[in-house]
Amino acid sequence: MKNAISIWDSNIIKQALAGSLRKLDPRKMIKNPVMFIVEIGALFLTVRMLIGLFTGMSGSFAFELQITLWLWFTVLFANFAEAMAEGRGKAQADTLRRSKTETTATIIDADGSQRTVAAPDLRKGDVVYVAAGEFIPGDGEVIEGVASVDESAITGESAPVIRESGGDRSAVTGGTRVLSDWIKVRISSNPGETFIDRMIALVEGASRQKTPNEIALHILLAGLTIVFLLAVVTLQPFAIYSEAPQTIFVLIALLVCLIPTTIGGLLSAIGIAGMDRLIQHNVLAMSGRAVEAAGDVNTLLLDKTGTITLGNRQASEFIPLKGVDAATLADAAQLSSLSDETPEGRSIVTLAKEKYGVSETRTLSDKAEFIAFTAQTRMSGVDLDGREIRKGAVDAIEKYVAAGGKQSPAELREVVERIAKAGGTPLVVADDHKPLGVIYLKDIVKSGMRERFTQLRQMGIKTVMITGDNPLTAASIANEAGVDDFLAEATPEDKMALIKREQADGKLVAMTGDGTNDAPALAQADVGVAMNTGTQAAKEAGNMVDLDSDPTKLIEVVEIGKQLLMTRGALTTFSIANDVAKYFAIIPAMFAATFPVLDALNIMGLKTPQSAILSAVIFNALVIIALIPLALKGVKYRPMAASSLLQRNLLIYGLGGLIVPFVGIKIIDVIITAIGLA
Amino acid sequence: MTFIGILQILAYLTILTLLAKPVGIYLVKVYNGEKTFLDILVRPFERLIYAITRVDTEKEMNWKQYGFAMLLFSVASSVALYAIQRLQFYLPSNPQGFAAPSEHLSFNTAVSFVTNTNWQSYAGETTMSYFTQMAGLSVQNFLSAAVGMALAVVFIRGISRFETTNLGNFWKDLVRGTLYVLLPLSFLAAIFFVSQGVVQNFKPYDSAKLTDARTIQVDKKDADGAVVKDEKGETVQEDKLIDSQTIAQGPVASQLAIKMLGTNGGGFFNANSAHPLENPTPLSNFVQMLLILLIPAGFTYMLGRMVKSQGHGWAVYSAMMILLVAGTATLYWAEAKGNPIFPANVDQTLVGGNFEGKETRFGMAASALFATVTTAASCGAVNSMHDSFTPIGGLVPMINIQLGEVIFGGVGAGMYGILVMIILTVFIAGLMVGRTPEYLGKKIEAFDVQMAMLYVLIFPLLILGFAAVTSISPDFGLTSLNNPGAHGLSEILYGYTSATGNNGSAFAGLNANTLWYNTTLGIAMLVGRFLMIVPVLAIAGNLASKKQVPATIGTFPVNTVLFSILLVSIVIILGALTFFPVLSLSPILEHFQMINGQTF
Repeated sequence: MKNAISIWDSNIIKQALAGSLRKLDPRKMIKNPVMFIVEIGALFLTVRMLIGLFTGMSGSFAFELQITLWLWFTVLFANFAEAMAEGRGKAQADTLRRSKTETTATIIDADGSQRTVAAPDLRKGDVVYVAAGEFIPGDGEVIEGVASVDESAITGESAPVIRESGGDRSAVTGGTRVLSDWIKVRISSNPGETFIDRMIALVEGASRQKTPNEIALHILLAGLTIVFLLAVVTLQPFAIYSEAPQTIFVLIALLVCLIPTTIGGLLSAIGIAGMDRLIQHNVLAMSGRAVEAAGDVNTLLLDKTGTITLGNRQASEFIPLKGVDAATLADAAQLSSLSDETPEGRSIVTLAKEKYGVSETRTLSDKAEFIAFTAQTRMSGVDLDGREIRKGAVDAIEKYVAAGGKQSPAELREVVERIAKAGGTPLVVADDHKPLGVIYLKDIVKSGMRERFTQLRQMGIKTVMITGDNPLTAASIANEAGVDDFLAEATPEDKMALIKREQADGKLVAMTGDGTNDAPALAQADVGVAMNTGTQAAKEAGNMVDLDSDPTKLIEVVEIGKQLLMTRGALTTFSIANDVAKYFAIIPAMFAATFPVLDALNIMGLKTPQSAILSAVIFNALVIIALIPLALKGVKYRPMAASSLLQRNLLIYGLGGLIVPFVGIKIIDVIITAIGLA
Repeated sequence: MTFIGILQILAYLTILTLLAKPVGIYLVKVYNGEKTFLDILVRPFERLIYAITRVDTEKEMNWKQYGFAMLLFSVASSVALYAIQRLQFYLPSNPQGFAAPSEHLSFNTAVSFVTNTNWQSYAGETTMSYFTQMAGLSVQNFLSAAVGMALAVVFIRGISRFETTNLGNFWKDLVRGTLYVLLPLSFLAAIFFVSQGVVQNFKPYDSAKLTDARTIQVDKKDADGAVVKDEKGETVQEDKLIDSQTIAQGPVASQLAIKMLGTNGGGFFNANSAHPLENPTPLSNFVQMLLILLIPAGFTYMLGRMVKSQGHGWAVYSAMMILLVAGTATLYWAEAKGNPIFPANVDQTLVGGNFEGKETRFGMAASALFATVTTAASCGAVNSMHDSFTPIGGLVPMINIQLGEVIFGGVGAGMYGILVMIILTVFIAGLMVGRTPEYLGKKIEAFDVQMAMLYVLIFPLLILGFAAVTSISPDFGLTSLNNPGAHGLSEILYGYTSATGNNGSAFAGLNANTLWYNTTLGIAMLVGRFLMIVPVLAIAGNLASKKQVPATIGTFPVNTVLFSILLVSIVIILGALTFFPVLSLSPILEHFQMINGQTF
């Protein structure tokens, strides 16, 4: 799943070829007004050509045949592009679907009796029992039991995950497999409504709906089509006035060349390919609208833990109090942490070894007794032959010191506060009720995040870090990571308020979340990416689900959205710019016979009027095929300011769109005259 | 092209640019209802008008109400103007005793002046009484311009306001635009024109004895007025002595000022601004050209000011300027090059090029500039005969109009025209920055695009549609043509282009005072004005209701050189793609035929 499917996968091409014929059905074609016009033109010319063949009315049958054929090719190529995009999307989704349909489910009825049904027959609210080795038959929530689940089918991640009732790890996805133990799952969606079903529908086209921007673009293209229709329809009277009437073949050829077939033919492929790229990143979108919104996002809300920082604090320094040797502190700190399996504890052991050479493999005497962290004492440590070593938050240690009848020096508070101010977490170490010093636990910002945020800023996107830390700590980490803003001591309500505030300013907000208490915010956000490990409620509320549960991916989602919009804009510009060259090919060809002086407009020096018109039509058809890879892959996106992005794309697709057809039509003209087609 | 000629054009462009800002600031004050230095003089009149008409000027309208008020007013204006013409014989100030013009001519003229087109199928000095000219035509010159300005203001308000349906009060905008902008400026201009020798009186026509009387040959007529024919069936010619000339008079200066300022273009005299009593000196010519673009240029500054992005205002100004300079340069170049058909021993450089149809007191450069400016701005006044231009020279005025009258354009009309183009530009290219298109903090969505495309469609529909029918109708279409072939097609095309674009300039060579032309041109003017206003208002209303999307560095920039170039490209490509096929059979074909020595 993780691997992108090659553009020219032979299976997909085969299916797409068949699909492009099926799509000739006018009922389907009418959804795309531009290509519908081409199809009608092709149909009309076919009939006209056949009449000409049998009545001998045709001017040049070879020419008419070729024009007609190339018009059909134009339609087919556009259909092929759409079918290709669908095929690729389907191939991604099929893997998911296959695992689903073959499953059976054990339903537990209200009276406790069990019966076996096929997975697709499950209804929302059914409770199923899934034992080790069985596939989970549908999306749902664990209501009883704990099990390890293999979700590699949808995430590609081979390590099993734990799913249990209650809490934030209760959601399971259909098609994944229980590896050990058993769970009872309440099914949360009817057949055909699961995430995967919805996703498949989005790429398959049956229920695919046009996104708002796509609708607007279709209106523009339809409008342009009508303008060109007017230009061509009225050209005949003008030609008659000028005593140079044209054949219907030439007029329809001109029309098809002028209307924006390039973007018209590729538009839906671009949209599907956008969804497809999301799936490649293991993100399921619930609607095309969400993908579009991703490109527009102004504000990203990012959870600190796991997204910006590694998620675990790590010991970065030992700060001994006056009169205490640093090595002594390191030794005590390590002793207290040897059996502490938390990431923090391990990092203390490692730091002591690396900085002070305290061996981590020393064995302690049997009398050593480890004291685990409890909510009451809020300390952990070790009792060693009557010697007590403790580490913990400053309040707890001060209480412990006082309990031993001793006093903490004022210096301790100073050090602790200094660390807190710098955004770290201080952990005080005490030996027999005597404070030794402080361990500086630091939040480690993931490498590369600063650059990421700089890029986002260049794209005009504001990043806000969400954290439960106190404002001091939050500010320090925000500063280190380079985010624009932060929300400290954040509650779900705060998060919600922040989103609403941003939206009131007209901004679009994206966020990730997994817990049930994130659900309202996920629903409120314009782009809400729920983690697949999250609760069912979170997944229902968001409009995307990240199967990898990687909060960092929000950034990629935004880029995919932008890329989708850019591809549309670039191909629209390219398509319109193309028309200039086509005019210079066709207009002189139409009238040069009557007015030889107009051959001055034939700046490409095309051989004959027929070859010129044919070349323009062929170019018009081939350019669709040539641009399919671009439509499927999307134009290259680089994070940069809008003005430079615009400049770059205008040069490539605007200026390129002007020049390329001049070259292309000339080359085709040379070829077809060389092989005697015209 | 001469150094002095280029200098004249540069001087014009510089002064225009310098004036854009003060005019723009003044426009902002007028339409925001702020205090101006004219309040002391004008405010009492304004209050009086509101008191008489009982208009509640504080009540703002939504786009439908605004549109309804505007349409209601325009219908009433048309009816009044039609009535004045039909009744002019019975009305005062008719020293020449002109009878009522025909129904279709009166319809055409009424529509023409109400739509700010000022297409004239008649010759003013032989058709219209002083009363018709002043109380009918001149009044509409003011009001139709004020309506156009009000619409531009509404569009700008639509962009600059957020989450509201209020777009201002039509009556207030109409009154303030007239009282504070058009009247005072026209008054000053009229006085200036009088100082240059433009006539301003109500006298009957004068007559002058020719110093150089001459005899011409005319058809001999019998007592019944029928042409006498000889035995071979050919008309008999006789000598006629011409020793005197009629000199038309009238309140010219007052109508001239608003004709320019309001981009109306309807001349008092048939020869329009080529007439020595309507445009006597090079200086009066210069000021006339300046008046044409004064308010449209000011509107670009106003746009920048109102949307709080002066850079955007200047970017729009620059885009218009690029097109204006390109047009002027092309036209000047084509005309200065002269006529290639003249024998080599004729030195055309003595007069500066193709001088047919141009006035010696203006010269080549000022004629080329005038023709560009008047067609760029939907004014339609002329100081030379566009029909006599070289094919490329004639192509420029035609393309100027066909691009949608957005190169500064008519007062107001140019502004809302270019705003529609901007919306399309932003939509087509805006996607390329990776966001759904937005313009100055507004998302451009399906409805906006739909309305903009409707606006764009009307142009080719009317121009190409009517021209196509006309060009294959020998009975009523082609009989009016003076010239066959490509030039004839240019004449038809120019007529419908001018009417649809509400320009009003004529290519001449086409007798448009027929039932077919008066009616179809009238329809083209009506639809070209009012049907296009509906989508404009709809967009304005829709934009005003939108939320503001804050601009960031990731937003599509609309205040850069790149944007100006992009806007120019979209305007050219949309216009050129639509009209290139037919143009290639008219001026373009004619150009190549001329190079090859073929004439009409």
